[in-house]
Amino acid sequence: MRWRWQRSATRKPNEPIKIGVIAEAQSVAGSSIPQAAQLAADEINASGGVNGRKIEIVSYDDHSTAPEAVRAFQRAVNEDHVNAVIASYISEVVLALEPWTGRLKTVMVTPGAASDVITENIAKDYNHLKYTFHGYLTSTSLAEQVCAAAKDLLVTGLKMKTAVVMSEDAAWTTPLDAEYLKCLPEIGLKVLDHIRMSPDTTDFTPIFNKIEGEKPDVMVTGISHVGVQPTVQWKQQEVPIPMIGVASQATNSSFWADTNGATEGVMYQGVSGPGVAVTSKTLPFVAAFEKRFGNTPSYCGYTAYDEVYYIADAIKRAGSNDPDKLVDALEKTNYVGTVGTVQFTGKDSPSPHALKIGAGAIAGLMLQWQDGKQVNVWPADLAKGKLKFPKFIKVGSAD
Amino acid sequence: MLFWQILIDGFAISSLYALGATGFALIFGVSGVLNLSHGALMVTAVVAAWAAGNDLHAGPYSGAALGVAVGFGVSLLTYFLIVRPLQQSRKIREEEKEIFILTATLLWGIMIQELIAYLYTNNAKTVAPIVEGVVSIVGVRTPANEIFTAIVCWLVIAVLWLLVNRTRAGKAVLAASMNPRGVTLLGIELSQIYVAVWAIYGVLVGIAGVLLGMFLGVSSYSVGPLTASAFSIVVLGGLGSVSGALIAAYVVGYLETMTAYLISPAYRTIPALLLLIAVMYVRPRGLLGRR
Repeated sequence: MRWRWQRSATRKPNEPIKIGVIAEAQSVAGSSIPQAAQLAADEINASGGVNGRKIEIVSYDDHSTAPEAVRAFQRAVNEDHVNAVIASYISEVVLALEPWTGRLKTVMVTPGAASDVITENIAKDYNHLKYTFHGYLTSTSLAEQVCAAAKDLLVTGLKMKTAVVMSEDAAWTTPLDAEYLKCLPEIGLKVLDHIRMSPDTTDFTPIFNKIEGEKPDVMVTGISHVGVQPTVQWKQQEVPIPMIGVASQATNSSFWADTNGATEGVMYQGVSGPGVAVTSKTLPFVAAFEKRFGNTPSYCGYTAYDEVYYIADAIKRAGSNDPDKLVDALEKTNYVGTVGTVQFTGKDSPSPHALKIGAGAIAGLMLQWQDGKQVNVWPADLAKGKLKFPKFIKVGSAD
Repeated sequence: MLFWQILIDGFAISSLYALGATGFALIFGVSGVLNLSHGALMVTAVVAAWAAGNDLHAGPYSGAALGVAVGFGVSLLTYFLIVRPLQQSRKIREEEKEIFILTATLLWGIMIQELIAYLYTNNAKTVAPIVEGVVSIVGVRTPANEIFTAIVCWLVIAVLWLLVNRTRAGKAVLAASMNPRGVTLLGIELSQIYVAVWAIYGVLVGIAGVLLGMFLGVSSYSVGPLTASAFSIVVLGGLGSVSGALIAAYVVGYLETMTAYLISPAYRTIPALLLLIAVMYVRPRGLLGRR
């Protein structure tokens, strides 16, 4: 394999920069990834490319399965000679690709997977796995942001005291739940129960029933593979407990239609939201995306768009296609994107190549579905409205 | 409290299973066809009803009606496009036809599944419920929609029973399931009976799909599990026996609900599948099977 990248490293300077995009086109979250990447590439090309080199996006559909993703990655590197890959929003898939980034010495950035294991692996075997970059928040960071928002909105604002953690059983929720169980008591929410459900669950009645019996003030969620069904059943059964947390499907603008409006009142963590100018680049990106594709980008759309820009920037700074130089350049990324300022943690961090979070980096948002719209309610300086719940929710009267 | 909860929830889900499996059993009983595109047809009806509400801004009633109509249409399409050409083919040996039809309907189901995922993504879809709100039954807060589901299922099953037992056409269908040769000797065209059965099946599958869409919601991933659950209910009840399928639907529905409440929702389907294997050993023809 070695000769291949060496050959590509000695390419002529005016050859295009090829970026492979591996994602599932049939899912709402995944379909935005190649679209947003193409949008970024076209914008860069329209303004002259990178030192005269055009960006070319090569897309592969992996149907969110690890074997298809690995085959796509091999093809991207060996047949299509890409310079870097943007891959998947499913942790299981990214974890399967991770060793291949080392074997084929090709940079991979994920726009949406969350599992902390991705960066933990890099820490264990940096020299081999340094080609992997975690272009989305780790599960631990996601949980930290939910806790920060819950502290202001629920504990200080609504005097809530107790919570039940409800997550789907998947790779990304293991570190998420661990952080929830640690940070919720710290902000003053006693965790009464911790429920992990199968992503195949279709009838959530028994789960909601059990939770209701425990009388928590709030349910803290970690759901991505499921979303429509628990939300619809929560509304239909009029479960009187509000939901806050990470609910990936709720970030999609189509979620209102998919649930026939049952999502009214659901609170979810996001890195972006309609009309929220996280940076000066956010709203122009959303407008351009809507104009071209007729819908709003999913959360991975924002990150995939930024990734094309900062990969192009890193290739420019690296001054060559050499993957090791590209890794060095990416580690020095300081790029204001659509979701905040992108900076990666360094080689010596316990989780190398994770996004830095917090003020000045990526601060995150808490949004709530209200009357068919996603309204940002946290942090206060970016808030567009106040919390509001459907009638069946009994705030603060659970005990 | 938990007892009533299980009783009420189990009844609603079992009624839905019963309706779904009835059509499946009917088709097999009359024409010997195991329709493995069953789940795909149900999901098609749900997605059609959902799309009617969201893309065409139809109300809950017209949306549901369109879903049933699409279920009916796709069922007849399945028969004329997939099943009938194979049944009438002279190139396939008679004893191999069943396996050909089995494979063809399976592939047809996968094609529908992929098409739905391509056009409408594989995110779950739900149909806007016709009745909203909750009702308290012996202290259990029950969605009105759940009661509505159970009532509609039983009304449809009752109408089907009347149709089969009280009308001439229905009796011909019943006769065909007992002795196809005898029916043809009486001058009734067997292919007409098949069309009638697939039409009835289409309505059943459409209604069951739309109700499932209102009650729990489905995605293109549900195609396989829905076919599998109808298949296991029908095998448990006895292949081709409609009343066996009804009983089996309640056995499976309650077993699943009890498992979900008393053990864990994650293991919901396991005991029913174990029971199915046990039945295979002890009584291979199922509860009320004739073959």
